[in-house]
Amino acid sequence: MSFVLPELPYPKDGLAPHISEETLDFHYGAHHKTYVTNLNNLVKGTENEHKTIEEIIKTTTGPVFNNAAQCWNHTFYWHSLSPNGGGDADGALRDAIIKNWGSFESFKAEFSKAATGQFGSGWAWLVLKKDGTLAITTTSNAATPITTDDKPLLTCDVWEHAYYIDYRNARAKYIDAFWEVVNWKFANENLAK
Amino acid sequence: MNFVGRINKSSAGQLMNMVGKRSFGSVSNSYTLPPLPYDFGALEPVISGDIMKLHYEKHHQAYVNNLNIALDKYAACEAAKNIAGCIALQPAIKFNGGGHVNHSIFWTNLAPKNAKGGVAPTGPLADAINQQYGSLEKFIEKFNTKTAAIQGSGWGWLGYCNESKRLLIHTCANQDPLTDFTPLLGIDVWEHAYYLQSKNARPEYLKNIWQVVNWSNVAERYDQARKKL
Repeated sequence: MSFVLPELPYPKDGLAPHISEETLDFHYGAHHKTYVTNLNNLVKGTENEHKTIEEIIKTTTGPVFNNAAQCWNHTFYWHSLSPNGGGDADGALRDAIIKNWGSFESFKAEFSKAATGQFGSGWAWLVLKKDGTLAITTTSNAATPITTDDKPLLTCDVWEHAYYIDYRNARAKYIDAFWEVVNWKFANENLAK
Repeated sequence: MNFVGRINKSSAGQLMNMVGKRSFGSVSNSYTLPPLPYDFGALEPVISGDIMKLHYEKHHQAYVNNLNIALDKYAACEAAKNIAGCIALQPAIKFNGGGHVNHSIFWTNLAPKNAKGGVAPTGPLADAINQQYGSLEKFIEKFNTKTAAIQGSGWGWLGYCNESKRLLIHTCANQDPLTDFTPLLGIDVWEHAYYLQSKNARPEYLKNIWQVVNWSNVAERYDQARKKL
């Protein structure tokens, strides 16, 4: 069994002008693709070859984990964005956000602060905790909430490669753009699972 | 922090004190960007002028600004005997202070090709490299392999261990400064250091950067390090 680069849920120019086609060419076509290639090379002929990607993530460390987790994280990220995204949260998610943060604006400000303030490479996540509350977390490098009890609902990639082509060093501007394409439908689906 | 670098802007070298000034005893911290020893475009085509300008004016400047902010807050917490507040600020000081330290060394570790950039070391440093690694090429290969493998953001370092009196290759994550050893040569492998030119091809960046490494500066640092007791 070989892992494959999953199809992007929209055309490469689908998130423009917020996230450019050029960024997706490299981010999806080079970075994500390389993680898939590396993962296949690393698991070939080993006990990991026939595991699911989630199983690999939960049972390995080092290069195998790094590549597997980055495969998973990036797929989750592409779905966290949509050409039809943006605006305020809706549905059950909106209710949960207001319950946890008092207002959508408060949540948005806190998520933006976490995403902008993450030192170095990593990810910002909206997660559902085991106790049913929502939380904003950040992870470093390839780390992912699926190794914990938290259920990820949305993610924002804050590795520099996610925004350098479009925003150079201005990560905060990229986070503003993230809000224009954030996929609340996906987040609601994850919440309902 | 004193970063002493030799600048070869013309035929005469100049020793310049690349210290960020700090006003002791005052509330406001004022570390500043050290002067860049060459023009932004001087390392072309190895490192583009666009990258150098962003790297220095935006990234390094941000570390300096945020270091000053964090240190001011730290001073206020100290004055108020707010230990928890001090501790909460330590990550920001480590990150931004490390960023300032690391980049200040980095600019001096590089030089244009027409100002000895890429010229192989001679003397005691060369002897140590040959003795420990076999040759300069073998050292570079080992350094590049280790540095390319850094997960996420970080730095590859050639350092000097005062205890063992040996050179070593060490990698650090994010902006963690090299503290256990004396830093001699640092190569930044944060994506911002190479993305505009090499995209995700970090090994290509590492292969090329040696054309502008200022071994003269590295040798000076090595000599200084060996003098320390």
